[in-house]
Amino acid sequence: MTTTTHETAAPAAELMLGDDAVAFAALHAGIHNAYAYPGTPSTEIFARVIRETKDGGEVVAHWCANEKSAYEGAIGASLAGRRALVTMKHVGLNVAMDPFVNSALLGLGGGLVVAVADDPGMHSSQNEQDSRCLAEFARVPCLEPATPQEAYDMTREAFALSERCQVPVVLRLVTRLCHERARVRVRPAEPPKPLHKAGPRQDWVLLPANARRLFDGLLAEQPELRAASERSPYNRRTGGAGRRGVLTTGIGRRYLGEVLPEMREPPPHLHIATYPLPEALVRAFAADLDEVLVLEDGYPFVERSLRGLLPEACRVLGRESGALPASGELNVVNVRAALGLPALPLHEAAGLQLPARPPRLCDGCVHRDSYAAMLQVMQDTGIGAVTGDIGCYTLGALPPYQAIDSCVCMGASIGMAKGASDAGLRPAIAVIGDSTFLHSGIPPLVDAIAHDTDMTVLILDNETTAMTGGQPTELPDSRLLPVVLGLGADPAHVHVFQAHPRKVPELAALIRKEVAHPGLSLIVVRRECVQTASARRKHEG
Amino acid sequence: MKADVVLAGVGGQGVLTVARLLAEAAAADGFHVVQGELHGMSQRGGAVQAHLRISDQPIESPQVPRGRAHLLVGLEPVETLRNIAWLAPGGRIVTAIRPVENVPDYPPIEQVLAALRRFPEAILIDAHELAVAAGSARAENLVIAGAAFSLLPLTRGKLRGIVRRRGERWTEAEREAAIQALAAGRAAIGGAAAVHD
Repeated sequence: MTTTTHETAAPAAELMLGDDAVAFAALHAGIHNAYAYPGTPSTEIFARVIRETKDGGEVVAHWCANEKSAYEGAIGASLAGRRALVTMKHVGLNVAMDPFVNSALLGLGGGLVVAVADDPGMHSSQNEQDSRCLAEFARVPCLEPATPQEAYDMTREAFALSERCQVPVVLRLVTRLCHERARVRVRPAEPPKPLHKAGPRQDWVLLPANARRLFDGLLAEQPELRAASERSPYNRRTGGAGRRGVLTTGIGRRYLGEVLPEMREPPPHLHIATYPLPEALVRAFAADLDEVLVLEDGYPFVERSLRGLLPEACRVLGRESGALPASGELNVVNVRAALGLPALPLHEAAGLQLPARPPRLCDGCVHRDSYAAMLQVMQDTGIGAVTGDIGCYTLGALPPYQAIDSCVCMGASIGMAKGASDAGLRPAIAVIGDSTFLHSGIPPLVDAIAHDTDMTVLILDNETTAMTGGQPTELPDSRLLPVVLGLGADPAHVHVFQAHPRKVPELAALIRKEVAHPGLSLIVVRRECVQTASARRKHEG
Repeated sequence: MKADVVLAGVGGQGVLTVARLLAEAAAADGFHVVQGELHGMSQRGGAVQAHLRISDQPIESPQVPRGRAHLLVGLEPVETLRNIAWLAPGGRIVTAIRPVENVPDYPPIEQVLAALRRFPEAILIDAHELAVAAGSARAENLVIAGAAFSLLPLTRGKLRGIVRRRGERWTEAEREAAIQALAAGRAAIGGAAAVHD
């Protein structure tokens, strides 16, 4: 029976990551489709979905080329009346922004939940944008769990809410919750929704006439979304009396809980876990307060809302007011300070300068060959622009190579190399990984081919998505060459180079030749990632 | 009962494995357990840190607050020092002493060990040597796991069972080396008392 398959998969004593909890909850909510592009700290959600479904059953779980195609898959599932989960890291939602915002207008059938993992503190990200802002932008509900247990419970709740209100629901996670292991109680699984095409058609075709009507419908739905938020049992008023209150969201609640025993009396406390902001609840909470301190991870999202919501006599403190740092994660140290508690004495490693230890390219990594060869070439040609991209090879920015000039977002290397070359900065070399190329590198390559731009693209092909733990790329690497040639690149200037540390001079010669070519050239530098190779050997015994 | 543990080391040393083993042992003993870690960039030979909180009461913060750890567990001496601010006054340090010198400006190891010895509660263990003696140089992290485990108020033997279960696909020799490594770590602690509130 599919209804019970996943129930037994999570023994009560197993410690689950917050990410695992989301995966189990989605499976127990009867999803039929699941899509994702890997990105820390969201990757383990999907890894768990795949592990739990690989032995058969009806769930279709696919890694996707990028977050946009993943999100679109989930919309298609909803059109078919099925529940769908789509997962990504916060910047992935930028990639999926177009279908995400527009899907809010549709007459969704099956529940659509997008689990987005924010990374306050930028442990492995390019920014610390707050997905709550994007949920508000799309005018859809957002649920923000504080513990792995809540991650489970609220994921289940999110599917029901999505179906009831026919809107996608954002589940906002943060790094510390994604990667926290704790015990999680699971509930019996629901049966999957039957195949049942959602309609009518005019609720799915966003022609202007339909879109205007559907957008008015979304606006008309807002009071109901807010009412659901006002009623949610996850928003809780606790604490004592007094005129200085604390409002927490997400894991902010847990930092407050940590220091409560040290406070003379517990302050009035309201925890908010659902958006749109339950304004009536907040107003009632603040009615007798002179001051509200907001503890929220990410942007001053609630803090800003309160400024327009509460009477001016009530002071609002938080990350924007300066009571807490404007960037980085909340933690017990900065929460203590904001609450006026004394700092704890800290040990120091006296008299010793500790060396920084940044991550580095593995020994034997194919990217080492590529950077070594590139540096040899540039000794002669001079450095024009080497535009980098997102992946392990971004570590080429650090010593000993210090070989790339930029890292902006997925796929940016190729478009930026074109722009730099067009502007006269040459040689222009774009460095991009195989998975990142499939994710966002193809459209800018179309541009470079169309204009035969004087630039060289190096596709660093390690045959996997290495940085996030070795997920398979969407297409086998043998397809890279046909893709590039199929777009119309000149075969005389397209090469696949099987890399070996002994062949660095040969690679350098090839790069030198193609950099000299006054048009577009492309070299695929290929060797399997040492990590996946070693995992494969272990697996094969 | 409350025991807060911070674990540190270099990506690839097995810090997260030690954290997971201790967490599972504590969970099997019926305690509330919260274990936090970072994945991603930290795995590529960079500095790695994990948190483990064990309590008979529900646990609030997902991370050990700075200045509150009862126990700082290090697989690499510089990484142990890097995390010293987490240690509570009177907290205990258990650290391996073999340096991982994958950075150009690594300080002289004698200076690093001297800085660690300034903490009277520090237990420095030549985990590499003990692991080799136990039959596997790769079991260095299990030596430290065995040492850290015996400083926590957990049921003896639990960790052994968990390692055995995790090692189902290992050879008999590998499993035996793992068990020996845990025992060597426990022995290295001597009679030091358990750390917790």
